[in-house]
Formats: sequence, C-alpha cells, structure tokens
Amino acid sequence: MAFVAGYVLLLIAFGVLPTGYAIYFAFTDGGGSFTGFSNFISTAQDFRFVDAIGHVAIYLVFWLLSLVVFVVALALLLHRVSSSRASQALRFLYYIPGALAGAASVLVWLFMLDPTVSPVSSLLGALGFHTFGEVIAPGNLPVLFTIVAFWTGAGGWIVVMYGALNNIPTDVMEAARIDGASAWQTAWHVQIPMLRKWIIYMVILAFAGGAQLFVEPQLLSLASVGVAGRDYSLNQLTYDFAFQMNNINGAAAVSMELLVVSVAAAGVFVARSGFFDAD
Amino acid sequence: MSRASQRASRRKRPLGQTSSRLLVGTVLALFVLFFALPVLWLVLAATKTDQQLVNNNPLSFGSFGALKANWDALTAFQDNAVLQWLGNSALYAVISLVITLCVSIPAGYALAMTEFRGRRALLVSTLVVMLMPSATLVVPLFLEVNAAHLIGTMWSIVLPYSFYPFGVYLTYIYFSTAVPKDLLAAARMDGCSELGVFRHIALPLATPVIALVGFFSFVANWTNYFLPYVMLPESNQMPIQVGVGSLLSNVPQFNPTAGSLGIERPQLALATLVAISPVLIVFLFAQRFLVSGMLAGATKE
Repeated sequence: MAFVAGYVLLLIAFGVLPTGYAIYFAFTDGGGSFTGFSNFISTAQDFRFVDAIGHVAIYLVFWLLSLVVFVVALALLLHRVSSSRASQALRFLYYIPGALAGAASVLVWLFMLDPTVSPVSSLLGALGFHTFGEVIAPGNLPVLFTIVAFWTGAGGWIVVMYGALNNIPTDVMEAARIDGASAWQTAWHVQIPMLRKWIIYMVILAFAGGAQLFVEPQLLSLASVGVAGRDYSLNQLTYDFAFQMNNINGAAAVSMELLVVSVAAAGVFVARSGFFDAD
Repeated sequence: MSRASQRASRRKRPLGQTSSRLLVGTVLALFVLFFALPVLWLVLAATKTDQQLVNNNPLSFGSFGALKANWDALTAFQDNAVLQWLGNSALYAVISLVITLCVSIPAGYALAMTEFRGRRALLVSTLVVMLMPSATLVVPLFLEVNAAHLIGTMWSIVLPYSFYPFGVYLTYIYFSTAVPKDLLAAARMDGCSELGVFRHIALPLATPVIALVGFFSFVANWTNYFLPYVMLPESNQMPIQVGVGSLLSNVPQFNPTAGSLGIERPQLALATLVAISPVLIVFLFAQRFLVSGMLAGATKE
C-alpha cells in the first residue's frame, strides 16, 4: 500500500534496524565474534553501573509519584474552576514551560537553584541552602531533576487529564451530585477511576522518558565540576562507554537493557489497560 | 480514605463554598508561580548586567542598554555562533517536520480507514516503537549512521527525527474517531480514486491533526539534545540546544575552569531565551489546535 510505504521505510531504518544493530553489538566483541552475555557481565561489573541504576531508580520514584499526585490533583482542581476563561488561561500558563524542554529547562533551573541570583533565594535560604554547591549536593539531585522534569512535563499532562475529565458523561457526574457526594467523594470514587487509563498511560511514557535521563545530569556536570559526574545516569554511562572508552559493545549492552526494561513496561501496559485496543 | 471516614465525611456538611474556593484558588495560584516565575525571571535577567543580576531585585527590569550589550556580547561569542546554531536548528527541525508530515499523515490515514495486509502488525509495531525510549537507540543509531557514512552531515539527525510514530498514532486516532468511513465510501462510489479520496476528502478534514502532529514533532526536534550531541559535535553544525549547553561551560560562575573570555550569566539567560522563542511562537499559533486536538485523543474509549 503506497500510503504507508514511506513510514514503513522509516520504521525499518530507524526503529527496527538500530534495534537489530544494538542486539548484534551487545552479543559480539570488537571483532564481530559472538560472545554471549560477556558484554552484559563486564558492564554490570563496572564500578559505576550499580550506582547509575540506583540514581535512575530513585529519580523515577520521585518523578512518577510527583507526576501522578500533582497532575491528577491539579486537573481535578482546574475542573472545578467554573469560569472557562480562567481555566483556559491557567492551562496555558501551566503549559508554557513545555516549550522549554531539553537544555533550556536545565539552564533555567540552574539559575533558579543558584542562591546568588535566584528569585526564591530566601526560600532556598530558609531550607538551609546558601550556596549553589549546597543546593546541588549529590543527595538532592533526584529531587532537583524531578523538579526540572515536572516543570517542563506536567503542563501537557494536566491538559490531557482535564480533557479526559471533560469527557466523563454529565449524567454520571449529575448522579453523583444527586446522591449527595462531596467533591472529595466524587473525585475519589467517580473521576479518578475514570482517569485510570490515562494515568497508566502517563506513568508508562514518563517511565520510558525518565529512564533515559541524560541532558539534566550532563549539563549539571558542566556547571559543577565534580558534583554530578558524567556517569550519573545509565544513558550517560552508555555515552561514556561508546565515545570515551571506545567500548561500543558494552554501550550496546547497556542500551539493550534499558530498551528491554522500557518495552517490557510498555507491554505490561498494553496488556493490562486495553488502552490500545485497535478495533 | 477509609470507609469509616468516608461515612463520617458524608454526614458532614460540604465545605463552605467560599473557603473551599479560596483553597482551590490558592493552590492553583501557587502552581502558576511555580510554572511561570522562572520564565518571567529569565526574560528580566536578559536585560541586566551580571552585577545587577546579583544585586538588584530578581524581578526587576534592567535596561534596554544592558539588553543590547548582552546581545552584542552573545553574538560576538565565537563570531556569531549563536545565530548559526539557531539557523541549524531551524533547518533541521523544518526539513524533518516536512518529511514527518508527508509520511505520517498518509500512514495514519491508511491504518484507520483502509484494510490491507499487515495492517495489524504495523499498528502493533507502531505502538511498541512509540513507547520505546528513543535515547536508548542513540548509540545504535550512531553505529548505523556511521556505517552509512552520514556522520557529520545533517541527515544523521534529520532522518531519525523524521521517524515519528507518535504522529502516525495521533493521525490514526483522529481518523478513526473523527471521520466517518461512510464519507470516504461515498466518494469512492462516485468514482474517486484512492489518492483522490485522500487528497480531496481526507486531507481537508485533517487540518487539526496536521497542526497537532506538526507542533509535537517540531517541539520534539527542536528540544532534542542527546542525538545531535552525539552526531554533530562540530560547533558550526550544532543546533541551538547543544549550543547553549556548550555556552554553559564558558560561564565562569558555573564552570570555574572557564577563562576570562567566557560569557556572563545574563548572556546565558538571553541565549536560553533565544533558544526557546521559536517554540513559544509556534506554540501560540498552535494553542487552539493543541487543546482541541488533545481532547480528540481523549475521546477514544
């Protein structure tokens, strides 16, 4: 079919082929001979590997929890704003940082977190942070990366959740109201269950996005000699293996692991939620 | 909330209208501050000198003179490098946007409106690839592009950008929920060719989804960091995202090893502002489609 030909070509070239390449490199050595799992074992024994997994895992917990709690809460609150003009303006304001993804959002937050120039330096001071170095202490990084990611990513999801709330049939909401349900009860027993699919969808995409953490720690390592190393996240580690240590096969092995975990998570999602039922 | 407390709260009178409104309003306003304050600060920071940035009120306006001076200093950095990076970004983002649209709109249309061999397999693989984190493929992509001798050319990022399964999925959802199949069947019966049906019936109806796919793909391409960071390390080929990253390492306050020829913080703020402005402009134009388009996706049950 001619309509899908171009897409199929791109799918093969930039979806299937690189995946195949990654598998091939992950199971071979520099000379191209099959090595079994030795690339996986040798990278797992790298002294930075377990640390990087830990960093990414802690970050994911913070990031997913804050996303679910705040996005759902904000969408529900916005949905109670009766003036449609006010609610639209708020959604727009929340969405603006979405345009600042990538390096720009990290730079903005480097400024926000630097007490010498930050508009909230008194807040930072009240929390006990007086220098940039204190703010970006290693223990704070998962929270800081969560703030950056939430700042850029939450607005879009709030818009999506708000839309999903709008799609709850009015008679359902009406029935809840007639039964005397409070706002809390309506939210907990009617609205949140009907958002379930969307919440799962958000968690899976946010998981896949969070697991590939790269630009935040990479830029922070430029801004703070020695605090966040160039090997904080798994993707930084693959970059380091591939381009600093010339160990393409090890990099491919780590990439494969990330890919398998993310696709497995996606598979669970597709199977459990029925979200993508095609027909 | 436990069952018992639910029963208890059901007996209670609902919270007073005014006080609950006040609470909702306060929470929403606090989040406005969280989302908008950094952007406002960024805009104002670009109008100050580095000393003003440290000493003056963070939310005060500097002067247009300082803004001009910052701009001059920024453009002087590596001889107009910032303008070159902006041009690169625009070139990369627009070319891949055009390819994305030409490829994904017909594909999503065909998946939604026609039956063909392999349709289901294509749909499933699109969904899987969509959920696959693209950054994990950066190293394999590098190897593939290297094998094709395209490293250091713009195609090394333009072509991978052009592959945008999310766009196909959005188009698919849009056509299968918002456009009745009967409409196309009627056109076919009137003797319209498959291509004619697509061009004269489907495409005009697809304007909202084209805008939506275009916006998302533009933003995704513009803000991507990892792929160009790997593929195009030469300064004169960098897109603006990677460029502002390299500016960062020339700011002495953030990187003590930067020499005295480095740039200052307000100039970095200005560079960040310049880096995001095209997306903000496109965003303002696309906003109408954004909200309605996201809702179109949300209606799928």
